[in-house]
Amino acid sequence: MGWARKLLRVNLTAGTCTTEALNMEWAHQFLGSRGLAAKYLVEEIDPKVDPLAPENKLIMATGPLTGTSASTAGRYTVTTKGELTGAIACSNSGGFFGNEMKNAGWDMIIFEGKSPKPVYLLLQNEQAQLVDAAEFWGQSVWDTEEGIKAKHQDPLIRVASIGKAGEEGCKFACIVNDMDRAAGRSGVGTVMGSKNLKAVAIRGNLGVKVDNVEQFLEAVKAGKAVLAGNPVTGVGLPTYGTQVLMNVINEIGALPTNNHQEVQFARANDISGEAMHAVRKDGTKNLVTNAACFGCTIACQRVSKIERSHFTVKDRPQYQVASGGLEYENAWALGANTGVNDLEAITFANFICNEQGMDPITLGATISAAMEMFEAGAITTKETGGIELRFGNAEALVQITELTAKGEGFGREIGLGSKRLCEKYGHIDMHMGVKGQEFPAYDSRGIQGMGLTYATSNRGACHLRSYTVASEVLGIPEKTDPLETTGKAGLVKAFQDATAAVDASGLCIFTTFAWSMEDIAPQVNGACEGDWTVESMLEMGERIWNMERQFNLAAGFTGADDTLPKRILKDAAKTGPAKGKVNELGKMLPEYYQLRGWNAEGVPTGDTLERLGLA
Amino acid sequence: MQKSLHIIPEKCTGCTQCEIACSMEHEGIFSSSKSRIRVFKFHDEGRFVPYTCTQCAEAWCQRACPTGAIDINARTGAKEVLATACVGCKVCTIACPFGTINYVPDSGKVAKCDLCGGDPACAKACPTGAILFIDAEATGFEKMRAWAAKTDTGASATA
Repeated sequence: MGWARKLLRVNLTAGTCTTEALNMEWAHQFLGSRGLAAKYLVEEIDPKVDPLAPENKLIMATGPLTGTSASTAGRYTVTTKGELTGAIACSNSGGFFGNEMKNAGWDMIIFEGKSPKPVYLLLQNEQAQLVDAAEFWGQSVWDTEEGIKAKHQDPLIRVASIGKAGEEGCKFACIVNDMDRAAGRSGVGTVMGSKNLKAVAIRGNLGVKVDNVEQFLEAVKAGKAVLAGNPVTGVGLPTYGTQVLMNVINEIGALPTNNHQEVQFARANDISGEAMHAVRKDGTKNLVTNAACFGCTIACQRVSKIERSHFTVKDRPQYQVASGGLEYENAWALGANTGVNDLEAITFANFICNEQGMDPITLGATISAAMEMFEAGAITTKETGGIELRFGNAEALVQITELTAKGEGFGREIGLGSKRLCEKYGHIDMHMGVKGQEFPAYDSRGIQGMGLTYATSNRGACHLRSYTVASEVLGIPEKTDPLETTGKAGLVKAFQDATAAVDASGLCIFTTFAWSMEDIAPQVNGACEGDWTVESMLEMGERIWNMERQFNLAAGFTGADDTLPKRILKDAAKTGPAKGKVNELGKMLPEYYQLRGWNAEGVPTGDTLERLGLA
Repeated sequence: MQKSLHIIPEKCTGCTQCEIACSMEHEGIFSSSKSRIRVFKFHDEGRFVPYTCTQCAEAWCQRACPTGAIDINARTGAKEVLATACVGCKVCTIACPFGTINYVPDSGKVAKCDLCGGDPACAKACPTGAILFIDAEATGFEKMRAWAAKTDTGASATA
């Protein structure tokens, strides 16, 4: 158990929904969620397929722990060939949607083909039907979610949907569930939009069972005690959320600023977790409360209200309510990287990302690249429609965010993502990313391991594939020097494998600030049949990593794509502890390939594939 | 000494660990839909409120029941549904002003909070102390203490 042992296959072209038994042999090799969905994708699509073609598939998947009482066990993932990157994409979301899918009796839903007209899937336990979405097409995520609940007179329905951005073909559209939780990166929402699939609405009450209740509950209880007693998961994250990092990362000189031209932002404190707690002029605070996703005993989510008199919301009451607030990545991308220090404006831009379904990391990074090109004269007010797209301009940030959400004006060009935009305007050197996906909030000149993390990530630049910041900055599980390259190849591999295993389980990666695999394996073992140990979990993670790698190689990527922009490799950091440093990727990459059991071109050897059961 | 569930909504993060603990305790599965305690999220206000039966001393459900299927557990004070007597007529669900007793189609009977026989699973599962199981006579004690702390006794002026 743990698994529901059942998947729903939705053929959007034919308009059919069919039930299939879950391939349990694969489930024992890839566990669930990110791992198992990747296995199905690899088996079922041509890696060279156009991501927006009907032949691409989109898989929503839970893990065996999703819906159980294990802390944070509410995650679900969306796996597809990403439109932003052309690589395998797997975006992970919290909230309550994943639990609902599992409670309705499904491990995963595979969407294939393309609907002739906009539809949404209504899934109530075993009953599945495609419903005409004409009335919701063109509506925001927020209105769609409320509209579907009202239409079916069931406030307990959980909805994951795309907003205008996903309909309009914005390359970094995300899929938002529960109003402000998102499967955010790589353009998974763009693929959903290309299939004319507006939303997935689920209600389930069948319950989730585990294999060995007593053993499971004991492991879960022990795990929760570890989270509660840990300073990061017990205090730091509940109090400041991931925004606890803003000042920390700025101080070590790894806070990308003005499109990575700088590594420190003088006004970082204005947009920090501490600032969200500060009393504003009107006596209120930006932060209303922290909140939890399903089953989460950490509760890092931010809930914010924008100051009523602020220019962004003054005459717009619908934005004056509490909603999903700034996490560190969003605050950085929309703030430090655009040079904007107006906390309320950034919070508003983040609201718009939630409302219309856009990845705030890629949005902020693309606006930053556009700002650099604007200041260089490559983009003018003629293109922007009069918007002074300069670093630090909060009004411009908000204007261009709203235009991008709707696919209007210059927003349509921002919707290309920074790689395509920079190419278009002849400044590919200003695209700050890897494999078409923009960097997140850590400059790898100041945190060397993150350079290798970005270069080798299977979904393009990403911090959630191996968060070596934990070790290099926070000292978890042990401190390593962020400016050193020695040992980083091994560190990155270890983080990548462990992360893939955690993602496959249905747990949140944030637990690993406190949990090691020693804490996680017993929970998986209690829930699932089979013998899940620390070793088998890590090997499973390695198997997932190599399978994703093979997909990307078959899609046309090569070792040459495991690189970083010239700015990161050649232009030294100008200030802070990393002053004078570039990222020394060349010192880490060959050792990484070797540790992975890949040849000098970055291709897994026959022996490696054999060992992992991938041959 | 009788104990009572005491809910402090401002401490709730909306994680629903109470719901899944309740369903596991009573049904052997994890399922919020089967829980007798529910967490309500008021999204636009950023507020979460767990809600369940308060175990009325004179219980509407008990008075309404035509078959005498609502019994009082003398030890815990909980109003418990006697499965052998309940016929699933749902009159209690109409009588209860708070909506905390509900019909379960799977069993054909109603279900409500029974305080888990004196050791409520929800209170044990709550990670933030938003759900307590405390002396029924002293559920206002912490509020009294908070107000007492604000009371100016003049001591500080002379200290």
